[in-house]
Amino acid sequence: MKTMTKQLDRRSFLKVSALAGGGMLIGLYTEPELLSQQRGAPPAPTPVNPSTFITVHPDNTFTIIAKNPETGQGIRNALPMVIADEFDVDWKQVKIQQSDLDPKYARDMGAPTVGQIEGGSTATPQNYTPMRNVGAAARMMMIATAAKQLNAPESELTTESGVVTHTKSGRKATYASLAQAALSMPPMAVTDIKLKDPKDFKILGTRVPGVDNPAIVTGKPSFSIDVNPPGMLYAAYEKCPVFGGKVVSANVDDIKKLPGVKHAFIVPPPEPRPAGAQAPAGPPVNWAPGVAIVADTWWHAQNARKQLKVVWDEGDVAKQSSAGYMAQIKQLASKASEAPAGGGPRSAKEGDVEAAFKTAAKVVEAEYEFPLIAHAPLEPQNSTAWFKDGKIEIWSPAQIPSLNDAAVPAGVQPSDVTFHMVRAGGGFGRRLYKEYDIEVSKIARMLADERAKAGQPSVPVKLLWSREDDMAHDDYRPAGYHYFKAGLDANGKLIAFRDFVGSYGNTSVIPATEFPRGFVPNFWVSEGQVGPFSIPTGALRAPSTNGISFVMQSFIDEIAVAAGKDPLQYRLDLLASPVGTPAAPNRTSFGAGFNAARARGVLEAVRDMSDWNNRSKLPKGTGKGVAFQFAHSGYVAYVVQVSVDSSKKLKVDKAWAAVDIGEQILNASQAENLVQGGFVEGMSHMMAWEITIDGGKVVQGNFNQYQPTRMRQLAPAAVEVKFLKTDYTTTGLGEPSLPPAVPAISNAIFAATGIRIRSLPLGKQGYSWT
Amino acid sequence: MPYTLKINGQSKTVDVPAEMPLLWVLRDVLNIKGTKFGCGIGACGACTVQLNGRAVRACQTQVSTVGNQEVKTIEGLSSDGSHPLQKAWLTLDVPQCGYCQAGQIMSAAALLARTPKPTDADIDSAMTGNVCRCGTYLRIREAIHLAANGGRKA
Repeated sequence: MKTMTKQLDRRSFLKVSALAGGGMLIGLYTEPELLSQQRGAPPAPTPVNPSTFITVHPDNTFTIIAKNPETGQGIRNALPMVIADEFDVDWKQVKIQQSDLDPKYARDMGAPTVGQIEGGSTATPQNYTPMRNVGAAARMMMIATAAKQLNAPESELTTESGVVTHTKSGRKATYASLAQAALSMPPMAVTDIKLKDPKDFKILGTRVPGVDNPAIVTGKPSFSIDVNPPGMLYAAYEKCPVFGGKVVSANVDDIKKLPGVKHAFIVPPPEPRPAGAQAPAGPPVNWAPGVAIVADTWWHAQNARKQLKVVWDEGDVAKQSSAGYMAQIKQLASKASEAPAGGGPRSAKEGDVEAAFKTAAKVVEAEYEFPLIAHAPLEPQNSTAWFKDGKIEIWSPAQIPSLNDAAVPAGVQPSDVTFHMVRAGGGFGRRLYKEYDIEVSKIARMLADERAKAGQPSVPVKLLWSREDDMAHDDYRPAGYHYFKAGLDANGKLIAFRDFVGSYGNTSVIPATEFPRGFVPNFWVSEGQVGPFSIPTGALRAPSTNGISFVMQSFIDEIAVAAGKDPLQYRLDLLASPVGTPAAPNRTSFGAGFNAARARGVLEAVRDMSDWNNRSKLPKGTGKGVAFQFAHSGYVAYVVQVSVDSSKKLKVDKAWAAVDIGEQILNASQAENLVQGGFVEGMSHMMAWEITIDGGKVVQGNFNQYQPTRMRQLAPAAVEVKFLKTDYTTTGLGEPSLPPAVPAISNAIFAATGIRIRSLPLGKQGYSWT
Repeated sequence: MPYTLKINGQSKTVDVPAEMPLLWVLRDVLNIKGTKFGCGIGACGACTVQLNGRAVRACQTQVSTVGNQEVKTIEGLSSDGSHPLQKAWLTLDVPQCGYCQAGQIMSAAALLARTPKPTDADIDSAMTGNVCRCGTYLRIREAIHLAANGGRKA
């Protein structure tokens, strides 16, 4: 049960509001949590100080700070683009510089609770207005300074390309000539800042290539794994493959004699806090015990693990297995009627489903399941740290960088941490969990202490996990097993909806707030939990809809078919018939609840894009499926066309995506790329991705047992994307495109073959990509 | 044991065990970081380099087997980022996280060297060993065609 505690810690960690380093974490998990976070009284805005973000160079070029972690979602471009557009400079005049972790950025953009984080598709909605404020304040300061220098009223001055112009006299002043006076003006109150009319944007909404692309295509060091401070050593870290296991002993003296190995030591678990001692502020910082091997190259450290003999105390978790969890779930089903009735985010009961089933003309029942999956970003977990003179410096790929992650294991204060944020080779939620930052900081401290005793200088150390380490020690997407039952009246109208969920772990896979809730008079969702379940689970791109969308949008499809209706039109009809009074649309859509009109909008758009109404003309073995999802404040609908042959060879012929994330796409190129990538990830979930547990450890070891989608599986021009411009505030795009990709494919398989897919992945059921 | 390697046109001598993979010789001994580690079993293609123009996985290539062959890494593809594939990658803004892209480009460069005008099927066949976890395959394929067409869209 050790890991269960750890898992609960993570849960509370995700809800914690104040982060070391001045950040605030808002709703990484679910819309209800987003909402509850939003309800708190917003803290007072601080004055905006653009000089923290903008450096003006004598040649009238500009360095703009990118303050959030970049893992491939394009935020290193997007936020500086917002500043540059409001500042009224040309993108070609801009250089981008990644910031360190420092609370001054939140303070000086006027939003002291907005952190430097990547998670929950929050970076755009949280930072869009503050970044506009930074750019606009800087422009206003330039104008105010120019008014004095040109002796002209501010109202007669215009800006363009980093130049202030007094049109009447034809006189001009470059930002460079004004900068010294302008950017030393006192910070500006948010209420005094006048923003551009979005119709005047010149950079936002265009296609702006990634700022790091030239370095990436020429192989220049760009990623966390490439960080290489002088004198650095490399560490491998062996942890118990059984979750929660502890080191009893290890042959570290033998390991120290191996080629290239400089140090080898057992890393003990965190010491229990003395009775009565206060926990340090911020989220708990824990690490798993293990054996660290430090060598002159990582290969030497990793190779030495072959000779490593560790006696582990595996604990009771070794008795757990996927087969055991499933046996429990099958037993839980008989107790569904006794499950807690409703209330809270994990269950819901409206009307009387049992009574409605008795009156129903037709009842549909089905069992669905989706497995645990791993994130598997392509860059294996790593981090680099240097403990020296009582301080620690860290180079981290984390999505939620935290000074405490380095300070606590190194035994120093957060003020003793220098925290560099380095580009990560993929995130997908994996780098919300930062064991590697914590482990490397502990190893760096122990290494420095051991070297000091031997009279050796302190050196930096890079901890790199192997791919197998990452597969074995992830925070997995939680699994779920769903017992569905739906009642239809004689006209095929949905009158009762029941879902009993056998859930794994204490993370949300319960569709208690999910469509069709609010559109059916009798709705009951409840859960029974498997336990003990000691596998760490967490947020993978688009939690929790990345699994829920598959089961809900597939079962809705079954209901439509049972009703004898067009599945797309059936969804539209349901969305047009709210039960009770629908909530008024909330135009500031970040954190707002489900908006049926926006869901209908993406469904109607994708129907038109995909020639949906002519799908009956498709040849035998080819079919189109539809699905939509409200995820992380965005609305995405797919139609997918697949072909399936008699040997279950499956091909995605084409996918059409309609996306509504509000009024302003920041970077049109990256936005399209993210949607296409979300679909491709959905194909991996669909066909191949599953983590299974045996003996308390993960069975799958590497990509050969966990195949990602490959290029040949994707037809040319396979994903066509359309963004709907709506008058809602702009929200994020890292997550929403993934969830409905999966049910759109499975519903297309049904349309092509008449076989309903109720379990993932498909590879286990004899399917393969052509 | 000392090995003299020809890497990107330069001669480099390293003293490493015979079985050390070329990937780690490049990354940790020679500090040539463009070639990436993804899986260590030849299943992802992030470590793709060329040996005498042939795309190989550096994580599966023991240093003792390299001999006199010319090793080319992403850093040696061009001196200034002017290889048609590098230009095409920039034109189409291919990367998301970017971690796989050096390997993708090295596989694509080997393909174009032997098949200057590849079909979609040629590309799929040559590129199937290179994983892009972010899913930029549509742009990768388009960029290879773009480079093959001298930078003009077909």
